[in-house]
Amino acid sequence: MGDWGGYLSLILQGALVTIKLTVLGSALALVMAFVAGLGRVSRFAVLRALATTYIEFFRGTSIFVQLFWVYFVLPFAGFTLTPLQAGVMALGLNVGAYGAEVVRGAILSVPRDQYEACIAVNLTRFQRMRHVILPQALPLMLPTFGNNAIELLKATAVVSLISLSDMTFQAQVVRAQTGSTMVPFVTILVLYFLMSLAISRGIRALEARVTRGLDGVR
Amino acid sequence: MQWDWAFVWQIMPTLLQGLKLTLIITLLASVVAMVLGLVFAILRRSSVPAVSRTTGAVVEFIRGTPLLVQLYFIFYVLPDIGIRLPALVAGVIGMGLHYATYTAEVYRGGIENVAKGQWEAARATNLTMRQTWVHVIIPQAVPPMIPALANYLIAMFKETPLLSAITVLELMNQAKSVANSSYRYIEPMTLVGVFFLIMSLISVVLLRGLEARFGRLGK
Repeated sequence: MGDWGGYLSLILQGALVTIKLTVLGSALALVMAFVAGLGRVSRFAVLRALATTYIEFFRGTSIFVQLFWVYFVLPFAGFTLTPLQAGVMALGLNVGAYGAEVVRGAILSVPRDQYEACIAVNLTRFQRMRHVILPQALPLMLPTFGNNAIELLKATAVVSLISLSDMTFQAQVVRAQTGSTMVPFVTILVLYFLMSLAISRGIRALEARVTRGLDGVR
Repeated sequence: MQWDWAFVWQIMPTLLQGLKLTLIITLLASVVAMVLGLVFAILRRSSVPAVSRTTGAVVEFIRGTPLLVQLYFIFYVLPDIGIRLPALVAGVIGMGLHYATYTAEVYRGGIENVAKGQWEAARATNLTMRQTWVHVIIPQAVPPMIPALANYLIAMFKETPLLSAITVLELMNQAKSVANSSYRYIEPMTLVGVFFLIMSLISVVLLRGLEARFGRLGK
């Protein structure tokens, strides 16, 4: 017993890794969500097929399987990734696939007359997407993106199983060294909960920001 | 390292055994999730603020923390306070509890989905509370819930590999032990992925069928 300060700092180091994974994973997921989501509504059949394959594949197999595949199988194909890279890649690609459906749904829910108006004022396809469709679709995506980010945060715990020293991993280390189970696990449960609260608060603030001036329009 | 078909056939029985356990876990956990979810949903609608607020907080907490850590909690912490559960039971309870917080939302959404006028009409025709629920609300609320619940069943199926972390010998764990003893990772890991993909493609088709039959819950 004793040295609780040392164990706490171990868990906090793990918390940093968890935050890093969540931020990097979310960034990759966001990019993938837009790439694949826009791919799904593309006018080129090849792009649509590629995006659909990506989405179905990553939504269809479990994040756990993907992580193990990236970490254990890719090295045989010549790509050796550090656990952090493997974690970010698996998390980002997995959650990105879910996000892509959100992007697609939001784009499709922009009313048809908006498209017609764009054609009427002779906007290019790019201008139409950039200035008319996406600004209206974005507020619709945000709440679900927030939920996805929380799911991603929760999924980061899985990387402890490929020996990445995130919060869950450190809690196991503390458990192994002290034999105490209650303290480390309750601590990380609370920390995870605080992080997910922070994400949902952040998204709500962002939502208020992007919908500013839209009151009464919809 | 090359793909080896002979090895694939050699490990297939072990993996299929794991798959069987994975399916059993999914079914058991989803029963727990559906029952507990209903309990959460009812408690949350309670007219006693202390009850509804406490339930809300518990649900939020469970939803905001990783299933893996909750499994560790059930498997490692509970024995210290005298509750010792076999790994399989701990896994089923943990997963059921986690997803109950999601199914509770489905029940809530389903009930709120019934138009307010239906309640008023039931009141106007002097139906009792029981009659209102049995003959008016439930018949309208339940069908759209079915695809949403099925969706979480699929999600649960995909989360079963987490149980390997608390020593349950499901599909993923079987694959890992095969891989560790033979030093061949490509075949077992890929096969697990293929199994999951096949199962989820089948379930997507079934889900579309359910949605077509019962409609979707408005978001």
